[in-house]
Amino acid sequence: MADETLSLKKAFSGHGGFGVDETTMAAMVTKWRKQPDQKSRFRSDFSGFFTKIGSIEKCEDDYLLRLKTEFSRFKNIMVLWLMHPWERDARWMHHVMHKSYPFTVIVEIACTRTSEELLGAKRAYQALFNHSVEEDVAYHIKESYSKLLVGLVSSFRYEGPQVDNDMAKWEAKALGNVIKSSGSGKLIQNEEVIRILTTRSKRHLKATFKHYKELHGKPIEEDLGANLCLQETVKCIDKPAKYFSEAINIAFKEGADKPSKLSLTRVIISRADVDMEEIKETYHKQFGVKLEDMITKNTHGHYKDTLLTLIGK
Amino acid sequence: MATLRVPPAVPSPQEDCEQLHKAFEGWGTNEKLIISVLAHRNAAQRKAIRDAYQATYGKDLLESLLHETHGDFEKIVLLWTLEPSERDALLANEAATKWHPANRVLIEIACARSSQDLFTVRCAYHKQYKRSLEEDVAAHTKADFRKLLLPLVSAYRYEGEEVNMHLAKSEAKLLHDKISDKAYSDEEVIRVLTTRSKPQLIATFNQYNNEFGNPINKDLKSDPKDDYLAALRAVVRLICCPEKYFEKVIRLSLNKLGTDETALTRIVATRAEVDLKLIKEVYQSRNSVPLENAVKHDTHRHYEDMLLALLGSDQN
Repeated sequence: MADETLSLKKAFSGHGGFGVDETTMAAMVTKWRKQPDQKSRFRSDFSGFFTKIGSIEKCEDDYLLRLKTEFSRFKNIMVLWLMHPWERDARWMHHVMHKSYPFTVIVEIACTRTSEELLGAKRAYQALFNHSVEEDVAYHIKESYSKLLVGLVSSFRYEGPQVDNDMAKWEAKALGNVIKSSGSGKLIQNEEVIRILTTRSKRHLKATFKHYKELHGKPIEEDLGANLCLQETVKCIDKPAKYFSEAINIAFKEGADKPSKLSLTRVIISRADVDMEEIKETYHKQFGVKLEDMITKNTHGHYKDTLLTLIGK
Repeated sequence: MATLRVPPAVPSPQEDCEQLHKAFEGWGTNEKLIISVLAHRNAAQRKAIRDAYQATYGKDLLESLLHETHGDFEKIVLLWTLEPSERDALLANEAATKWHPANRVLIEIACARSSQDLFTVRCAYHKQYKRSLEEDVAAHTKADFRKLLLPLVSAYRYEGEEVNMHLAKSEAKLLHDKISDKAYSDEEVIRVLTTRSKPQLIATFNQYNNEFGNPINKDLKSDPKDDYLAALRAVVRLICCPEKYFEKVIRLSLNKLGTDETALTRIVATRAEVDLKLIKEVYQSRNSVPLENAVKHDTHRHYEDMLLALLGSDQN
């Protein structure tokens, strides 16, 4: 009996984790058929979910909202799985402005998709929302990092093999000078920084970052101060697998907020067919644990099964 | 809208490329023959001719044209023969790498092409120059001009017809406030001009005029010598009424002592398949003479013949 109670509690997200265990729930309906006492005992035993007003039993509103989120993880991942990648990216970008997703999602999409994929996402955005993503980002986001963000979504980077190595060296030096002379708050709005990060090709930027490390003895991320937007931009361009593995790690952390947890679905769905193997390797190296083990331990039900399949388990 | 005249029965690309080859053969070049073919084919037909020429004679038609023609005629024939996106990429590359404050070619390309066409130009630019247009514009322009030109060439404006009148009113007021404060390169000004859709902007400019009694360009004329303000005025004009903008450039290019062939060539070649007819009408109404007369007066020989052909006024 105690076992059944525990497993049903877990199934209803009573012990944390992502998603709900639909199979266990359905099995319990069968087991506890025509046993109202069992259910009554379960309710007394689950104070996060159930409470009392006087002698009247009721569900906690907070918990109901939480259940809504957990139940819908499977629905969301299935719909996203079927959706065209352009529509997915367009909707995620739209959520940044209309559903308080973190602005880093725009950095992520603008910097880790190919030029063609980003164009597709922008066209889907226009078709879905009757505005261009550039006008919406420029209009709705009024932060210090707005200029960088608009520049990033407007980019259509050259994707060929040619790199002007001398220019890359020169720009590494130029970035070093700007970083030295700018206050760290001003760095995010510096014209040269924005120009280089939003217009140069990815190959060129990787070369630039490499030269920076050789010139200054440390990777450029360490010199960007607490500038989250700049850090994420550099990471997404230079080491996307690392960026994604860290995003997944944040989702699994104790006390992660709702948007962080949503990253789990977004990262796995968007990278399943791209660089999931690399992300898994990076994750294992960085955090000392296999991604499939983290997922198995911390997620439930059909949501868990879907994630495991998508990462290639 | 277009002035290009294509004969009702067009020879095959193979026949055309053979004619052109004949025009190059022997001593001298038969410019009249070149004009009679190329100046009477649309972009798709010219591409087919180029492909046929490459397949038949093993070299690019443009190479032969470069070799066999000279001066202003060579420039216009080369520019004309290119595909519109390649042509714009070439013009943009010249304008970016040799940029100076009075150069408004980048603004012409960024504002007088559809969103999709501008994107095609950016693709052609990648192919041709192994860099993006944005990187070159960003690297070669400075200060206020870069602030304006970079987002302008990177724009991918929404192309629907919907207009939000409430937004048009508020953004008209925003522009007016900034202009009154002489904050011409303020981020909000740039934001509105470089991200809003064209119908939205036209509505905004109309609201500006309604609310504040002056068309926005009048208020942007506080210093007629300021190149940055001229650039802003060009943006407004090209979005609202490109044919008026182009008429003015043509008129000024023909007025100078000597003629600014570069501007004349560029506009005739880039607008012949778009709205050169409208531009001619504006010219006639503004100057009381047909554009062809001014062209005949100020240009000569094969260059003149090519211009007249593209204006739809030759005898062919």
